[in-house]
Amino acid sequence: MKRLSPWLMLAVVLGYVFLYGPILSLVVYSFNASKLVTVWGGFSTKWYAALLENDKLLDAAFLSLRISVVSATGAVLLGTLSAIALVRFGRFRGRFLFSAMTTAPLVMPEVITGLSMLLLFVSLQHAIGWPDGRSPLTIAIAHITFATAYVSVVVQARLAQMDRSLEEAALDLGARPLRAFLTVTLPLIAPSLIAGWLLAFTLSLDDLVVASFVSGPGSSTLPMVVFSSVRLGLSPEVNALATILLATVAIAAIAAGVLANRNRKT
Amino acid sequence: MTGPAAKQPLDDRPAALILEGVTRRFGATVAVDAVDLTVRSGELFSLLGASGCGKTTLLRMIAGFEIPNSGRVLIDGQDVTHAPPYERPVNMVFQSYALFPHMTVAQNVAYGLKQTGMARSERDDRVQEVLALVELDSFGRRRPDQLSGGQRQRVALARALAKRPKILLLDEPLGALDRKLRERTQFELVNLQERIGTTFILVTHDQEEAMTMSDRIAIMQGGHILQIGPPREVYEYPTSRTVADFIGAANLLEGTVASVEGRSAEIRLQATGGAAMAESDIPLKTGDAVTVMVRPEKIQAHRASTGAANELSGTVIDIAYLGDLSIYHVQIADGVRVQVAIANRRHADEAPFTWDDAVFLSWHPGDGVILIT
Ligand SMILES: Nc1ncnc2c1ncn2[C@@H]1O[C@H](COP(=O)(O)OP(=O)(O)OP(=O)(O)O)[C@@H](O)[C@H]1O
Ligand SMILES: [Mg+2]
Repeated sequence: MKRLSPWLMLAVVLGYVFLYGPILSLVVYSFNASKLVTVWGGFSTKWYAALLENDKLLDAAFLSLRISVVSATGAVLLGTLSAIALVRFGRFRGRFLFSAMTTAPLVMPEVITGLSMLLLFVSLQHAIGWPDGRSPLTIAIAHITFATAYVSVVVQARLAQMDRSLEEAALDLGARPLRAFLTVTLPLIAPSLIAGWLLAFTLSLDDLVVASFVSGPGSSTLPMVVFSSVRLGLSPEVNALATILLATVAIAAIAAGVLANRNRKT
Repeated sequence: MTGPAAKQPLDDRPAALILEGVTRRFGATVAVDAVDLTVRSGELFSLLGASGCGKTTLLRMIAGFEIPNSGRVLIDGQDVTHAPPYERPVNMVFQSYALFPHMTVAQNVAYGLKQTGMARSERDDRVQEVLALVELDSFGRRRPDQLSGGQRQRVALARALAKRPKILLLDEPLGALDRKLRERTQFELVNLQERIGTTFILVTHDQEEAMTMSDRIAIMQGGHILQIGPPREVYEYPTSRTVADFIGAANLLEGTVASVEGRSAEIRLQATGGAAMAESDIPLKTGDAVTVMVRPEKIQAHRASTGAANELSGTVIDIAYLGDLSIYHVQIADGVRVQVAIANRRHADEAPFTWDDAVFLSWHPGDGVILIT
């Protein structure tokens, strides 16, 4: 392998410091014994212990986890269906429009997604009385709408590279289409479904903007609680929580990456 | 060049497949154009043709993956033109084999049987039986990616045979194998087919493969079937220039009919103005424009004139040494060459001719075939 020149090396190091320095300092200060966030007072895990006593944060964390699981699952269902339609159904009428609408949320500003979802929920409530106010349910629905796009893209990539004659072989051997899908297609695209689920899960877990628009009283997600508590002053507890969250998201993202990679090889 | 030994005469057997005016269009291209075809039960039938001539499309219409725009498909007397693939008594060996990568060899083979709801024990027996048929008895627990190309091909074959289809469809099944293995597998396939008696329809663009394996061959071009017949017949008696050219090497000489006597005719060749003798079943009359086809190995070359009625004289301008035989290119007129194949019997022999030698060519009148298209 070629060695990097010293200048290039320096640029790389600076780049990484710029990207990950703040995160690293957050992790380090979560083990700070001092109450002052900016002064190092020795190593301690007391903020992690304190975190366990903080019901408000813990409730928010569990709510966020529940919403993430529900919306990731919903996004995988819808995203997979749309991917199948786009990759397998040939050039049906309105395909281009459908494809564009599926992927639009990838580039849509979150503020717009959040605002439009809020307007939709409010007018729906007026018109048919559902949903009954803003709640964890409305947050999950909003998350499903944008996470579906990501899942669809991941699954489309996998489906497109899968040999079509595998499905044809299943049909040829007497399996009806649904059966062929369940026994041949689904097992072969499963890694991309898991990768998509993990992606949707992390997207939902750390979403602040969209959730702020469509959450109701008593349904504050973790990012919302953290954000508002930080406005009142930095607390080492939040650092501890952020560190845990960071670890969770990192593990999910790495798992998704590994699965997507394994996908590509087969 | 002879096909498998004749069993019961083909024409006496019931039809396994009948195609009636089957047409399939993709947009502006007509992939298969009004094809009529009857394949007899127990026959090993080949569809032979250049790339893009519609072989795969025709096969896929038999399997049910493509629905004809017009025409009918009958399998075993049943009209299945619009039946989906999973309701047809045919199975297919895919060109890519299409083995399910997430299943073992045994699970692959059992897949079709599972769809029929066959009892477990019977299924296991059947899987073992077909795996033994392709000599893979001990490979049941392997996964497809742990097999060689030849073994994968045999698994695909076993999987397609497990349901005992009325017709087995094979789309270039040997295309991915190297030459040696391909030749061996050709014989194994023919043996297998004779043992189990299933009707095979084989797609190939390799004329040697079609010749060595088939009971009958259909030669396709541009969505049409040009000629159907046993290998010997399409080789010896092609009915068109295209078929003559496609199967083996052929010398095609243009001319006009000078005189006719029963089946044989004397043709005045355009190139030399000389006469050539040839035969035809087609009624001819004097003055018709025709082509005389002679295979290179049917031509005799001599140093001196033999005085035969159909003799051409020329000069050797090129020699291609192929080991078992040599091909001499003889120029008989400006820009008109005739290929002559001469077997190299003994390595001690000198080549009979060399460059620039004057030679006299002739053939038995029955070896010249008259073509009108
Ligand atoms: N799904 C399709 N859509 C559009 N055109 C097609 C489709 N399938 C086949 N064709 C066209 O139909 C014609 C016949 O194709 P086909 O695959 O049957 O040829 P083939 O004889 O099997 O060729 P090869 O030996 O290369 O496999 C070709 O011109 C091809 O481009
Ligand atoms: Mg083909």
